[in-house]
Parts: sequence; C-alpha cells; structure tokens
Amino acid sequence: MKAKTDALKAAFPHTIPIFTGFIFIGIAYGILMNSKGYGVIWSILMSLIVFAGSSQYMAITFLTSVFNPVYAFLMALMLNARHLFYGISLLEKFQDAGKLKPFLIYGLCDETFSILCSAEPPKGIDPNWFMFFIALLNYFYWFLGTAIGGILGSIVSFNTEGLDFVLTALFVVIFVGQWKSQKDHKPAIIGVLSSIICLLIFGRNNFIIPSMIVILTLLAIQRKKYEYDNREEIMQ
Amino acid sequence: MILSTPQTFVILIVVTAATIITRFLPFVLFKNSGTRNSFINYLGKVLPFSAIGLLVVYCLKDINFFKHTSGIPEMVSVAFVAIIHYWKENTLLSIGIGTALYMILVQLVFV
Repeated sequence: MKAKTDALKAAFPHTIPIFTGFIFIGIAYGILMNSKGYGVIWSILMSLIVFAGSSQYMAITFLTSVFNPVYAFLMALMLNARHLFYGISLLEKFQDAGKLKPFLIYGLCDETFSILCSAEPPKGIDPNWFMFFIALLNYFYWFLGTAIGGILGSIVSFNTEGLDFVLTALFVVIFVGQWKSQKDHKPAIIGVLSSIICLLIFGRNNFIIPSMIVILTLLAIQRKKYEYDNREEIMQ
Repeated sequence: MILSTPQTFVILIVVTAATIITRFLPFVLFKNSGTRNSFINYLGKVLPFSAIGLLVVYCLKDINFFKHTSGIPEMVSVAFVAIIHYWKENTLLSIGIGTALYMILVQLVFV
C-alpha cells in the first residue's frame, strides 16, 4: 500500500500541467456538446468510454450530421493512427507492467504519452505504479473537466465560436515544451514539414496516413546520422 | 440532438473501437520482438517529436487562406501561444489566454 501512495505522490506533480489543460479543454468540450443538444450525461459517457480528446471533438461533427458510422469509424481510425507511434515508443517502458498494462495502453492519450516519454520515477518508486497513476490522474481530470463543462453549459450560454481552439493550444504547448527539452530538433521539424506538405497534396481529409508514411521514411533515412550525432548517449 | 439515442451510441462505439485498436495494435504486433529490434527502438526515441508536429498541423488543417479571414486568427493565436509558452512555460496561461485571443479574433475582429 505504501508503495502505491508513494507512487501516487511522485506521479501527481508531473500531471499538474495536464490538470490545468484537461480541465479547460474538458469544460470546453462539455459546453460544446451542450450547445449541440447533448447533455452532461452524454459528455461524461463519451469521456469515460472513448477517452480521446481530439476524436471526441471530431465525433461532434458526426453527432450533428447525417448518421454515418462507417465514415465516423474510418475518420477516427485515421485521426488515431498517431497512437501507433506512441505504442511503438513505449513498448519497452510498458514491458513489465503486468496487470497494469491494459489500462496504461487504454489510457494512452496524447498528453499521458507526452509525460510518460519524459518523466522518470524517483529512486525507490515502482515505475509501473508511477506510470499507472499518471494515466489514472489524467483520466480523472478529463472526466472532471467534461462533467463541469456539461453542467456549466446547461446553466450559462454564450457564443462558443472558437472555443475548440483549446485543443490546438494544448498541442502547441506540448510541442514547445518538447522543443525546449531537446537539442536535436530534426524529428520535430520532419513531423511539421511532412504534414504540411502532405496536407497541401492530399487535402485535409486524407493527409494523416500519407504524412505518417513520409515521416517514417524520412526518420529511417536520417537514422545513421542520428545515431552518429547521439553516439555518446547511445553508448551509455 | 440530430441523431437518435441508439444512433448516438453507435457513433460512441465506433469511435471507441477505432481508438482502442490504434492504442493496442503496436503492443499486439511487437509482443515479443519490440525491444530486440533496434529500428523500433530508434523510432521510439524520435517518433514522439514528429507525432506532436503532425498533431499541430492536424489542428490547423481547416485554415482556408482564400477565405476572408485568410487564416490570420489561427496564425496570430498559434504564434502567441508558442511565444508565451516558450517564455513563461505556464500551461494554463498559454492555453487560456491563447484561446481567449482566438475567440475574440473570430467573434469580434474578423466577422
């Protein structure tokens, strides 16, 4: 038990930026859902079951147009394809997580992922429980924000146009945070430029998969150079 | 609500399924080989940074430079968030003020 409380205490500070971000984006989501006629119960159900912010925002489009589950599934699959990247990045870290592993994978949203790749548990803290509590706290914040937003949305009403920018702002924040923490900016630049070029060529509805292919190809090409540049780190 | 309750549930389920499939697939595919494959290890180190870059572009995909606003509200707000976050590193401040700025721009300035 003590090991778990210690892991929770160690995990909490890492989740504070996500707490603020998720409460805010969750509230915005609850309010938006409300403005489309979906009450707080729907918002909470979505957040607890889907647990993927950008997909939930995208799903609003499908809830407010003609019923088309196949297209909704394909769009969500494409939008979520980035999770394949996250899984590959965390194969090793989750390797010994045992019974905690299914929830760690289920809760692998963008924000939890961004913490898990950088945060190291302090000495003496069980790394698996540490990761588990990071994922669980973020899950809870998302639920909490959505619930507050759903209730707020039914009480107050205002012009919500532009409120969905919270999601963009969050990703820009994560991007800048990563940029400052790294000396080698090539992977970040490859990500942005490949996506912009594919967006221009394939259009906004079809560019995610081509972007992923271009990113993988460019990363594969510059692997030798990366390993040469970072040889000291790799040797350790 | 435009969709009926059962239809809403179907959308909920397909979006959940798509999310779960993409999150679990790598762990199913690379169950045994993951840590021994050095290319996968290399990807694990560099992909996170490329992936967030892709996400930022994804969020901005609906900008239309030929519309009357020419994407100015988006560009201004993203630049603002990036600069203020680089400078202050306060998540709530960056997201809160950035979103407020964007809402003001699209609701009051570029109408």
